[in-house]
Amino acid sequence: MFGLNRNDTLLLIVVALLTMLAPFLLNPFPEGSSLAQFNGGYPDLMQRFVIFGIFAIGFNILFGLTGYLSFGHAAFLGVGSYAAIWMMKLLTMNVIPAIILSVIVAGLFSLLVGYICLRRSGIYFSILTLAFAQMSYALAYSVLTPITGGETGLQPKLNDPRILDAAVGSGVTPRANLFGIEMGTSWQMDWNGWVFTFNAGYYLAAIIMLIAFYLSIRIFRSPFGLMLRAVKTNQNRLNYTGVNTKPYTLAAFVISGMYAGLAGGLLVAMDTQVGPERMFWTASGEVVLMTILGGVGTLIGPVLGAGLIKYMENILSKINESLLEAWFAFMPDAVSDVMVTLLSLFVGKGWHLTLGLLFMIVVIFLPGGLVGGLIGGGRRMFRSNDRKATRKTKSNQTPPTSQTAE
Amino acid sequence: MAILQVRNVSKRFGGLQALNDVNLSVEKGTVHAIIGPNGAGKSTLLNCFVGRLIPDTGTVMFDGKSLLGIKPHQINQIGVSRVFQTPEIFGDLTLLENVMIPTFAHRDGAFKVNWWNRADRESDVQDHAEAILQEIGLYEKRLEIADSMSRGDKRRLEMAMCLSQDPKLLLLDEPTAGMSRADTNATIDLLKRLGETRGLTKVIIEHDMHVVFSLANYISVLAQGTVIAENTPELIKGDPRVKEAYLGTEAE
Amino acid sequence: MDAILLQILNGLDKGSAYALIALGLTLIFGTLGVVNFAHGALFMIGAFCAVVLSRLLSFSHTIIDETRTDFLGNPLKVEVPYLHEWLGEGLGQTVIEWSVPLAILFSIPIMFAVGYAMERGLIRHFYKRPHADQILVTFGLAIVLQEIVKYFFGANPIQTPAPPAFAGSFDFGALVGLDPNTIIYPYWRLIYFSFAVLIIGAVFAFLRFTTFGMVVRAGMADRETVGLLGIDIDKRFTLMFALAACVAGLAGVMYAPINAPNYHMGMDFLVLSFVVVVVGGMGSLAGAVLAGFLLGILESIASLSWVIDYLPGINQIVIYLVAIIILLTRPRGLMGRKGVMED
Repeated sequence: MFGLNRNDTLLLIVVALLTMLAPFLLNPFPEGSSLAQFNGGYPDLMQRFVIFGIFAIGFNILFGLTGYLSFGHAAFLGVGSYAAIWMMKLLTMNVIPAIILSVIVAGLFSLLVGYICLRRSGIYFSILTLAFAQMSYALAYSVLTPITGGETGLQPKLNDPRILDAAVGSGVTPRANLFGIEMGTSWQMDWNGWVFTFNAGYYLAAIIMLIAFYLSIRIFRSPFGLMLRAVKTNQNRLNYTGVNTKPYTLAAFVISGMYAGLAGGLLVAMDTQVGPERMFWTASGEVVLMTILGGVGTLIGPVLGAGLIKYMENILSKINESLLEAWFAFMPDAVSDVMVTLLSLFVGKGWHLTLGLLFMIVVIFLPGGLVGGLIGGGRRMFRSNDRKATRKTKSNQTPPTSQTAE
Repeated sequence: MAILQVRNVSKRFGGLQALNDVNLSVEKGTVHAIIGPNGAGKSTLLNCFVGRLIPDTGTVMFDGKSLLGIKPHQINQIGVSRVFQTPEIFGDLTLLENVMIPTFAHRDGAFKVNWWNRADRESDVQDHAEAILQEIGLYEKRLEIADSMSRGDKRRLEMAMCLSQDPKLLLLDEPTAGMSRADTNATIDLLKRLGETRGLTKVIIEHDMHVVFSLANYISVLAQGTVIAENTPELIKGDPRVKEAYLGTEAE
Repeated sequence: MDAILLQILNGLDKGSAYALIALGLTLIFGTLGVVNFAHGALFMIGAFCAVVLSRLLSFSHTIIDETRTDFLGNPLKVEVPYLHEWLGEGLGQTVIEWSVPLAILFSIPIMFAVGYAMERGLIRHFYKRPHADQILVTFGLAIVLQEIVKYFFGANPIQTPAPPAFAGSFDFGALVGLDPNTIIYPYWRLIYFSFAVLIIGAVFAFLRFTTFGMVVRAGMADRETVGLLGIDIDKRFTLMFALAACVAGLAGVMYAPINAPNYHMGMDFLVLSFVVVVVGGMGSLAGAVLAGFLLGILESIASLSWVIDYLPGINQIVIYLVAIIILLTRPRGLMGRKGVMED
């Protein structure tokens, strides 16, 4: 279906179901219960899941396929955001032109940056992209203030021209909308104490994410994707095979830059504001970590990585000591005190500690990230028997290389 | 008719004259071996053919076009393929993908963003790659990862990759280096067979005289950056200058 | 002119820190092939060694001084550091005030142990893993170390003054024959620079004149071959890592009086140190040092007010701009070798 093979179609359908049903799936605990804190099904967070999912999917097209590790992709996210907000200020609060422009502008910017940075490879490429992103950040902060709003950033204002929109009445904040449907519109469903929230903005972003995901599957499975994987494996051979590798890597760079711009535009469509910190190196680093955590070069890994990091950032950081005390109130005081003290290290302001530990645990125990590690682990389980057999025969035939070298 | 013409090629690396006024002419459809002791400049010469090095002086003409100053991928696109001394393959990919990549490059040119189609639905490319793997004897292993192959299989895979592009000229840099006698003989047979069916022109750099005399129609001997002798294998065998180059001044 | 000279001097201390961190990063990368994102955290731990020692030394207890009374007429309670009692008030106080220099000695075994444990416990399992895995695991470790420090010392910077003898400034201008009072330079910065030069010299001497150093340099040139020489390379790798940790730690200890240590100071330095390493050329120790000082000084000069008037915002971007120019004109940085970390 959709021109995909069976497994990919299945994956796409599963992802589509998960995103469409996310308001239910992410709110497994009844409102008011002690575990309701873990519910992630509120619009703001769900929007972040899918938007950063798009960011990571695009990043994976560059890093996962070609192996070029960009440390400056936040610049394209930020540029996309600025482009979108200007569209909202000048043209209309409808999000469609804003999103389209953010993709175009980020694409052009990544064409420029990529053309220069791809003259180098390996870590030299990484540092070049980092340098461009940090320069964009610093300039957005200082010299470019007329365009970027400097430190305070940009929001739509009442007196913006917005030539396509009718004037809004004074005192009414202009809201981002899709042909009249405001992004902030939510519909709540109560059911036996559970509350599920369905948000217009989330569903717009989710549908765009599904399209972006579908396109990335097509790229992965296409001859173009095969060439990109060949770049990662042996660029030298590819050159002697009659392939001009530079435009291939540049195309991958621009595509991933456009994905980043799309994510940036969607962020603005949801919360109609942008500041330069969106381009800071930590934001670039975050998407690298999302991708590696989920599984570099896997289709769904980056989305999972993005979701996990954003979940921890938003949920773990909100758990405070009084909440912990409430959870362990049923235990004897001494035990509960110990538990609270211990756990409070990992939540609230200490949530970074959990994140750091998670990174280490995943890399140590699941090489290849969440997806790569789990698939690889499954394969190892099934194959362990016949591999042992081959190892035995091999060791009989070939002497260990170290001996021959001596 | 000469398909590859090398005229007055010289190349200097600092104080070392790697190539000194080399002249060479490779006839279409022949197997031309370039032999010589270590450091004679054989690999330097080969690198001048594929665009890795640019000679200081002289010309290299292939099929009437100059190869100087154009990029490796452009040289490949006009029909020159190269097998490296240590196999250069796409280690993370399957054998089939390894052969499909050069086939795509042959069909679609140096750059084409073909991102909507599925690679495994491009049946012409896939069939072609499978046929080549069949011919070279790796069809059964086509879904295995290239890095897991033995060295001999990697070398054969690399040949399959080159052949899939139907090149006019195949450059082989010590195709049997580090192989066992049995593997070497298998490679010789393979190269002979490929030559017969395709009428392919081959240039071989080789140390192993057994290989050279089994395959070559014509031999050029390179020593200290100069061609000191060239002739058919029978005549080269008896040439005293060749003995001297290989064995030193002993012949005096 | 005076202003430029002053800015060059001002750039030296930051440049020294960059150079020292980059030196360790290059050592680790060159010998072990590991991209160590936790190196900034080692710098930070060094700085906190100074904090810990100054707290340890000023450990005090309360005694009741019968001879004095507070404003209510009760006997006065005073905090007396143990050191005052043990060494006498004068010497005890001096030792407390000199806690930062003393922390150099204190930090060496600690940093060595930290480095040793890190390499043995974690890093060595990542020699053969892709750089992406190395980045993720060392980044995770850096976060964990940061959070541990934050837990014990809080999020706010902790003032850790230099000994009073070095607290002031001196007139550098008068010293070199310029007008007096044009170039006032704090003593401690000069000390930091000299200290950095000393450490860099020591590391280079160590690598040049000891057998161990020879093996390390050989390893940087060709890791595969050295492994085949029958040398127990593993042990040396561990020591190498511990040494690099010490260099970063010492850079941190002495930096404490310049910038009050906080838990994220390592991260702030890390990214720029990576830029420094790459601009210097991957695998080149001299390049790392050169690039460290170069970028530190450039950053300082670019923040001159007349420079900013000409080129607004240049102070923010100069390091990155120079990095881009250098990497585009010199493909492997200032002194990099071919083939290192290009795939």
